[in-house]
Amino acid sequence: MRAKKLRLVTVLAASLALALTGCGREGGPSGGEPQVQQNVAQNVQVQGSPTFDRMKQKGRVTIGVKEDQPGLGFRDPVTNQYSGFDIEIARLIAAQLGFDPNTQIDYKPIPSTAREQAISTGEVDYYVGTYTINDKRKEQISFAGPYFMAGQDLLVRADNTDITGKDSLKGKKVCSATGSTPIQRVKQDQLTEPQNIVEFQRYSECVQQLLDRQIDAVTTDDAILKGYAAQDPDKLKVVGKTFSEEPYGVGLAHDDTALRNKINDVLEQSATNGEWKRVYDATLGKSGTSAEPPKVDRY
Amino acid sequence: MNILVEYGDVLARGFLRTIELFLLAAAASLVLGTILATLRVSPVPALRAVGAGYVTLLRNTPLTLIFFFFVFAYPKLELIQFPFFTAAVIALTIYTSAFVCEVLRAGINTVPVGQAEAARSIGLGFAQSLTNVILPQAVRAVVPPLVSVLIALLKNTTVAAGFSVAEVGSVIPFLNEQGEPTLNAFVWIAIGFLILVIPLTLIQRSFEKRWSVAR
Repeated sequence: MRAKKLRLVTVLAASLALALTGCGREGGPSGGEPQVQQNVAQNVQVQGSPTFDRMKQKGRVTIGVKEDQPGLGFRDPVTNQYSGFDIEIARLIAAQLGFDPNTQIDYKPIPSTAREQAISTGEVDYYVGTYTINDKRKEQISFAGPYFMAGQDLLVRADNTDITGKDSLKGKKVCSATGSTPIQRVKQDQLTEPQNIVEFQRYSECVQQLLDRQIDAVTTDDAILKGYAAQDPDKLKVVGKTFSEEPYGVGLAHDDTALRNKINDVLEQSATNGEWKRVYDATLGKSGTSAEPPKVDRY
Repeated sequence: MNILVEYGDVLARGFLRTIELFLLAAAASLVLGTILATLRVSPVPALRAVGAGYVTLLRNTPLTLIFFFFVFAYPKLELIQFPFFTAAVIALTIYTSAFVCEVLRAGINTVPVGQAEAARSIGLGFAQSLTNVILPQAVRAVVPPLVSVLIALLKNTTVAAGFSVAEVGSVIPFLNEQGEPTLNAFVWIAIGFLILVIPLTLIQRSFEKRWSVAR
């Protein structure tokens, strides 16, 4: 009797564990994407930047990133390697600030809701993770960049033909992250009916529901969607008609103008000397779409 | 303060949804919890095993996982489909009822054995002695822990935000995307929860006073 009971418990526990790992089906590029080699700048000076002084003192740089967005900021759960476009941009900036990107970076995964907090308390030195520049956020923190221009788009199943853009969503179930700007736009512009709006904590959960045919479209920035489409090109596709502009910036402490100028210099330089292009081609560019570095906004 | 002015309607809608979730799940889990407690004290070993199995399984499973099951796994079984709100009520109910059951069972254990024996000796059956003699005394003894379980349920409703139910837990990411400081949003939501919990505590006190069993 005892043994039987124990076996039942074991089976239940095993199926629970399966359920847990099954949900994280995002999988992703195993072994990490090729890291772009960076030349570490020597004798870097950033006058009057408290953040830079702190980094110098530690001899390391702490960068806030996303860990659940394939192609942008993704942590391989097995190897703990970070990969993606945002990660490569973060490495590029670190190298130009005089830190070896292979040995002197600490990545810290920070979810969207905690970004401002992490930056203003100094938990991270700067943040690179699909961070849309907007005026309200500029009141709390500062932005360097933009380093990428994304736009809201739709991810659908590859066999779908009736969703062609934002105006064909009526009567379709649309999913995005809880409270995110993309889903708020869908609500405000009444792109679909209120009962057809679905919100989950993570985009990967929306993608799961899309594959399970519970919903018809996932909406957010095209950069994020391309990452998912590239993972499962047989089953998923991006519609490719963006209907917003999301300039991605590097988040940093509010009053650190010196560091902001420095990072803007780095980004401008990488756009002209081809570094930016190399980074893009090694990551998001693999989805088959091209992109140009946006003009840096020195506000 | 300006959060309250600017986003008052969002907060109000969120709290309304929270209250709805709470009331439905509370009512359902009180009923299911009582049934489970009855199973656990019943004279039939098989029924006792069912009750114990349920409580052991559900009480040891994280609530998020139960939500996960109903939102991501259940649809694959291709049974009756229901909206996310219903799924949330079901998830909260089957989780909370395990706790209600245990609280009630503890209450039943406080009723002296003599009461049950006396009930049996005047010819009452199991159901009659339970409903007329034991449960009325047991419920009175467990008002304080029962209200604590309900308060926990009220706060647990915020888990539903991650599963497409727009209760107050979804207000935080919303405000954050609007560029509002997250901390301010947290403060208002905490105040909102205080306002909801205080009446529960007052009810608890008054029931405790009026219902206490003199032994």
